[in-house]
Amino acid sequence: MKLPRWFHLFGSPPFVYRLASALSPWLGAIACTLIAVGTYWGLVIAPPDAVQGEVYRIIYIHPQTAYVGMLAYVVMAVTAGIGYIWRIKVAHAVAVSAAPIGASFTFCALVSGSLWGRPTWGTYWEWGDPRIMFETLLLFLFLSYLALRAAFEDRDKADRVSAILAVVGVVNVPIIHYSVLWWNTLHQGPTVSKLDSPSMATEMLIPFLIMIAGFTFCFCWLLLNRLRAEIVERERDTRWLQDALQGGRA
Amino acid sequence: MIEVLSMGGHAAYVWPAYGITLALIVFNVWAARRKLANALTAARRSSGAAQPRSQPKVRQLS
Repeated sequence: MKLPRWFHLFGSPPFVYRLASALSPWLGAIACTLIAVGTYWGLVIAPPDAVQGEVYRIIYIHPQTAYVGMLAYVVMAVTAGIGYIWRIKVAHAVAVSAAPIGASFTFCALVSGSLWGRPTWGTYWEWGDPRIMFETLLLFLFLSYLALRAAFEDRDKADRVSAILAVVGVVNVPIIHYSVLWWNTLHQGPTVSKLDSPSMATEMLIPFLIMIAGFTFCFCWLLLNRLRAEIVERERDTRWLQDALQGGRA
Repeated sequence: MIEVLSMGGHAAYVWPAYGITLALIVFNVWAARRKLANALTAARRSSGAAQPRSQPKVRQLS
């Protein structure tokens, strides 16, 4: 099978570096605008919830951070798998870049969920809740991926071994998503992902979706910035980078 | 304004959640930029120190 030219281009560090550098400011501007609008809309304009009152407003950041954590894991697993199978170093660089972002957003989702749980469920933490447990497992998967990488001196070896962990761990992502359906515990069921009939009022749904879009752009922005750094580290002694550095283009 | 700030008595939960999320995003942006700046500095320093990998020494065959 003959792959199209653009497909091969994404395996080229100089191409990806330049693309990431060109896209980064745009993604940053879009992310900041969407998050600013969504936050104002969610905190000030959207009406209070009939049952939960004002504390429900965590819904404009908590599901979004959790979703970015899962998105980061899927990106990490897919790119690590591609890197492992086809030995593409840019793919490994993407996987490494996604891990710390995913870890921090997953941590944040746990904290914001816990801050919502106290006034709503009456507890910060519930060991018996499957969604909390699998989300915590996601955090530990990110951390063990990073720890495993750090254990290797040789970057190529770290890439290959950690890729296996990343790919195996991806099974946790659908478990997190369906955990509220499979087990009936504290965490509420899906609200928005039932696309045919989301159980949220329109005036609350709009800022919710703006924040989803904003956090997605924010993830891409952060990922590209980390990816640029990762590529520079890996390509330190290559000619294209040294030429770009001397020409002031890096 | 006061109404928004008090969050119906749940200010102690809502604001820290937003604060932590904002701090996290700012930290991530800062960390990525610092990583890039460090990598570029290291790359500049290594220029000339090592022969570029993609430019092997070629012996002229005669």
